[in-house]
Amino acid sequence: MAEDETQWFDEAAGPLVRPYAMTGGRTRPGASWLDIATQVVTVPSASERLGLGPEHQAILDLCHRALSVAELASYVNVPLVVIKVLISDLMDRGDVVVRPPAQALQAPGRDLLQAVLDGVRAL
Amino acid sequence: MVSVHSEQHQAAALAPESVKIMVAGGFGVGKTTMVASVSEIPPLSTEELLTTASDGVDDLAGIEGKTTTTVALDFGRITISPKLVLYLFGTPGQDRFWFMWDELARGAIGAIVLIDTRRLDASFAAVDFFERREIPFVVGINHFDGAPHRYEPEEIRSALAISPGIPIVPCDARQRDASKLILIRLIEHAMSRLPAAGAKATA
Repeated sequence: MAEDETQWFDEAAGPLVRPYAMTGGRTRPGASWLDIATQVVTVPSASERLGLGPEHQAILDLCHRALSVAELASYVNVPLVVIKVLISDLMDRGDVVVRPPAQALQAPGRDLLQAVLDGVRAL
Repeated sequence: MVSVHSEQHQAAALAPESVKIMVAGGFGVGKTTMVASVSEIPPLSTEELLTTASDGVDDLAGIEGKTTTTVALDFGRITISPKLVLYLFGTPGQDRFWFMWDELARGAIGAIVLIDTRRLDASFAAVDFFERREIPFVVGINHFDGAPHRYEPEEIRSALAISPGIPIVPCDARQRDASKLILIRLIEHAMSRLPAAGAKATA
């Protein structure tokens, strides 16, 4: 393969380079158990925002009310794998707390299903 | 530090419980339409980079392949109460995004598999996925205006070899009430598969 074929510039490189720049090249979140439906909330006294990138700050601003990992990926406009790294950074700093889905591994139980059923019927 | 921890507890207390339901089926069967018809927000989407998301850390080497393909994962939200939120995730349609399905399915209440009677085969893989993993699902026959013939549920059951216990519900994914009804059928079906109430204490 000719060398020039493997080099990307400008837009060709953009979609891959930007997410990696945001996460410092990391692809695995410190908390890989973060689920797409895990709820994220900003801690009111979140520490000084020194050293945080704009995407980290966007998460802190958005999560004054609880939002899921998937919603954050959509609003901050980054892939899920990237948003999970950013969220785990903020967890390490104590700036956000998370609540995993009701039943992280098993299917939900009867009381929870009944509550969901009642809620959907009332829509 | 005590106050920091109490603030964290207070923040955590604000987070609702969340539950997931998947809306699956082949490309173009109306998954996003159904999500949109019952979601309280216009459906959101995420775009995933296939090379980075599929294989993890070492896959930066894969960029020589110039894979810029993205997939939009569409989803909606129903806030049932301040303490409970239901998310509806439309599964990515193309085969090469199967790796995302496992995370979507983990801990989910179950799935709605939408079927377009003009292209039954497009939804066969989804039926297979949920059957193999014993994840509760119901089948929704999305009636498209252009379909020449309205199939009876039992015709669909036989054509797709769907087990007798699986509900098959005709629907119009554009209609909020129809989508609501199929969600109700799914949740009831999931409840019917739980161990009997008396067994709960030992579970």
